[in-house]
Amino acid sequence: MGRHHYLLPDISQSGKIGCSLPSLDVTAAELPPKELLRQELELPEVSEVELVRYFTALSKLNYGVDTGFYPLGSCTMKYNPKWHEDIAKFPGFTSIHPYQPVESAQGALQLMFELQEYLAEITGMSATSLAPMAGAQGELASILIAKAYHQARGDKMRKRILVPDSAHGTNPATAAMCGFEISAVPSDDRGNIDLKSLESMMNEEVVCLTLTMPTTLGLFDPQIAEIGRLIHERGGLLCGDGANLNSLLGKVKFGDLGFDCVQLNLHKTFSTPHGGGGPGSGPICVKSNLADFLPSPLVTKQDKEYTFTLPAKSIGSLGAAYGNFGVMVKAYAYIRSLGAEGLREVSENAVINANYIKEKLKAYYHLPYDRTCMHEVIFSGKWQKVKGVATLDIAKRLLDFGFHPPTIYFPLVVDGALMTEPTETESKEMLDAYIDAMKEIAREADENPEILHTAPHNTPVRRLDEATAARKPDLRWKTSGRAEIDEKKDTS
Amino acid sequence: MLSPYLPNTEATRNSMLRDIGVDSVEELFLDIPEEFRNAHFKLPSPLSELELKEELYQLSNRNANLHDYACFLGAGYYRHFIPSVVGHITGRSEFYTAYTPYQAEASQGTLQSIYEYQSLICQLTGLEVSNAGMYDGSTAAAEAALMACRITKRDRVTMLSTVNPRYQRVVDTYANGHNIPLEKVEPNLDSLSSDSACLIVQQPNFFGYFEDIGAYTQKAHDIGALLIAVVDPISLGMFKPPSDYGVDIVVAEGQALGNPMSFGGPGLGIFACRKEYLRQMPGRIVGKTVDVDGQPGYVLTLSTREQHIRRERATSNICTNEALVALAATVYLAALGKRGLRQVAELCYHKAHYAADAIGKLKGYSLVFQQPFFEEFVMRCPTAPRRINEVLFKERIIGGLDLSHMIDNSMLLCVTEVNTKQDIDRLVEVLSAF
Amino acid sequence: MNPKEYKYTQEHEWICPESEDKGKMGITDYAQSQLGDLVFFDLPALDTQVEQSEKMGEVESVKAVSDLLSPASGRVLEVNQAAIDEPQLANQDPYGAGWLVRLELSQPSELDALMTSDEYDKLVAELSEEESG
Repeated sequence: MGRHHYLLPDISQSGKIGCSLPSLDVTAAELPPKELLRQELELPEVSEVELVRYFTALSKLNYGVDTGFYPLGSCTMKYNPKWHEDIAKFPGFTSIHPYQPVESAQGALQLMFELQEYLAEITGMSATSLAPMAGAQGELASILIAKAYHQARGDKMRKRILVPDSAHGTNPATAAMCGFEISAVPSDDRGNIDLKSLESMMNEEVVCLTLTMPTTLGLFDPQIAEIGRLIHERGGLLCGDGANLNSLLGKVKFGDLGFDCVQLNLHKTFSTPHGGGGPGSGPICVKSNLADFLPSPLVTKQDKEYTFTLPAKSIGSLGAAYGNFGVMVKAYAYIRSLGAEGLREVSENAVINANYIKEKLKAYYHLPYDRTCMHEVIFSGKWQKVKGVATLDIAKRLLDFGFHPPTIYFPLVVDGALMTEPTETESKEMLDAYIDAMKEIAREADENPEILHTAPHNTPVRRLDEATAARKPDLRWKTSGRAEIDEKKDTS
Repeated sequence: MLSPYLPNTEATRNSMLRDIGVDSVEELFLDIPEEFRNAHFKLPSPLSELELKEELYQLSNRNANLHDYACFLGAGYYRHFIPSVVGHITGRSEFYTAYTPYQAEASQGTLQSIYEYQSLICQLTGLEVSNAGMYDGSTAAAEAALMACRITKRDRVTMLSTVNPRYQRVVDTYANGHNIPLEKVEPNLDSLSSDSACLIVQQPNFFGYFEDIGAYTQKAHDIGALLIAVVDPISLGMFKPPSDYGVDIVVAEGQALGNPMSFGGPGLGIFACRKEYLRQMPGRIVGKTVDVDGQPGYVLTLSTREQHIRRERATSNICTNEALVALAATVYLAALGKRGLRQVAELCYHKAHYAADAIGKLKGYSLVFQQPFFEEFVMRCPTAPRRINEVLFKERIIGGLDLSHMIDNSMLLCVTEVNTKQDIDRLVEVLSAF
Repeated sequence: MNPKEYKYTQEHEWICPESEDKGKMGITDYAQSQLGDLVFFDLPALDTQVEQSEKMGEVESVKAVSDLLSPASGRVLEVNQAAIDEPQLANQDPYGAGWLVRLELSQPSELDALMTSDEYDKLVAELSEEESG
């Protein structure tokens, strides 16, 4: 059995330890009352050697950007520059306490201040808060800001948020967290917002329109100026979701497009690693009409000194400190290494790569919107579906070819979507290999669909029983037995 | 400009443009109205890796870092020993360059690690289920409060005044979003409303000492509310797990488990609860299952709680689980194990008591609270803590958190296993000069 | 295929009258095939009063969640514990062993407004055509 088939309790043995600790160098104090103390602490005991081998074995089961192509749509799985990892580990960045005297953290505050400025410049906004710790939290901030803005105007009528029908699930979830309803604005058959519908849905009850630009269909909606006008005319705000900023870097400013705010993802656009699911960072940039409401704190500069200030009508704190500083360091490094010119090259290469895939595969997979795409292209699995091959099967078969699949089944407005974002850090050679694999899969859908239904074949595990996982949740081991025994117990 | 991250040469790009059917890259941006298309950006000129490394190194040196300063500051972020093995494992790029494990077959490393994490958190806290992690301790507390509101169908949240004030602010922000009032009560609980969804307490509390969580839990349950405990994960190496008090939800800041302070982020929101609330728990969850060949494997599960499926009725809008930070916590707990964590907790306990004792003997200093404490304590000082901290800083010591706005002339001091006897004696010496 | 004696709603629930004032309900074969592998039912407590066409619970599959609407007004008499324990019963046998809730009907005449099996067959045929189109 592979080393990964064991869990920690299986390799644990009493008396082992994975690190060395110093002895007590002061006189021991009296212990607290017994009622406060714990009797048993059941944690596994393993040596460092076994620990390293175990996690090394686990790492080999994983696929990362460093393994290969990772074209998840709107995730921007670009290469993570290695020198960022090194500088983020400088003790002057890692070993600083958020509450130590501000005078003793001027380097950190300077970095944050400059990053605030760069992000505002890149998005064409006036102010930035680095506080949100992820994109979804940045989105929460934008809706809370919109709420506060209307309340400050004395406008109590606003209760609805508009989103396009192609919107991400976080949008309605975030709206609900702010006590708002949500309504979906239909798209037309070109993939743009249906302006007539928008006009009829826009009224004084609407808080804002939240729009990803380019949209989640990977398309730039050329009507953006008109959309902004329709919203602003009736007192609403235009809130941007910057998930797809990689297509506009160095070329277009959200502020110019009419957005009042936009939230960013440093772990997407600005090259910080995804970490297997975090940490990310979701700063929010706003125009001056919203600056007073930003989440606290902001970094400000007076003469040569940096300090924290609280915006006058701040929506509050989003965390116990200032945001994910360790992630900010990498994004800062990225921007400093690219400059305006470099950012433009990023977006241009990203858009070229996506359009290249689009052209090469449109004869093999249905392209619901046959027009220039931006940094991502969306195919539908429609043609394969009639042959009994689901988008899921296509995705699983790609794993056999050594590729991570694109995002599947999102956005919902496309039937069996395959949302493909290559990013700018991929070579033509890699794209060609991916294209070849997709063509092969299309052929298999015709000639040998069974191999797709049963894919993947070459991965460390094959298709997993998600139904049983949800019906009979097994979410943890218990130390009383080995992994196999625990499977039979109800460990939920 | 040649870039190491743009693998296509100009010649290759041109051939790709031809394949696409356009003459220039500008033609791919024509959907963007011309007036918006080529904005001007004022950003510093780019520098090479060599130049930037040097510049950023100098910038990092403008911070007083805790390798050069003895630290006696806690208040939610703690300097603990991080075994080197943690960084070497989280530094493996198969872990850190991976995405959320939606394609389970290619992500078993991440998924199995999360299963281990969830298990370890349950072992540590005694609660029956844990999620895969949230942003930080404060937002985990906020999400726990909202979860309690969903479960009890009530819309009032109560928090003890002895909870970290920064946590209070965050819970307030989240509760405000739902127009749910947050009320603060004193530990006597005289003002606990019978229509409260939950009572949030901290153990040990913000001032470092232990409270009667069992009694609070009883009171909360008496009025049909949930008890949410914010805990210190290192303290659980020595002190009673929250499950023993009957708490419903446990949250904590996981930074202390194998992660540097990093100026406050990234952190890790530990979140665990009783089995019966599983379907209301926010955040990602990993479950064990089998594949078509009967091999054990791991998947994200119970996804119907989450935003991408349940949308406006989701348990939260969260899309992250601070995976890499959670991985560090997992490796840390595995490396320390049962003995090591207990040993670390005891080292913190004894050193903190040694310090409190020694400082308490100095003229003008006294321990403000007499209840048992773990690694933090509030010390009344003979003069303004601000002044004391300035002098300490000159001696390369970071002093405690100034609490004068809450308790006259007091500071919250923290001592961990990283502080040597020498450090502590030097602290005492400097303090004795006031 | 869709049992002749049952009545159907637009939202793909069925109800089978047992006697004058009682009936069993569940989700249709079309519903279970659309939802996929069912994993969890959130069913109303015993004695709960329900209204026709109002939400009374939820049905979850691996990838989706759907409201469960009551096909008739009345009171909950029983829920199918076997289906709660093994949700796949509603995939395998949606009209039989996979029933979900037994109701006491407060207004049995309400059932007249529901679709017959022929009418429901037609609805399903139309929907299936739309999808493959």
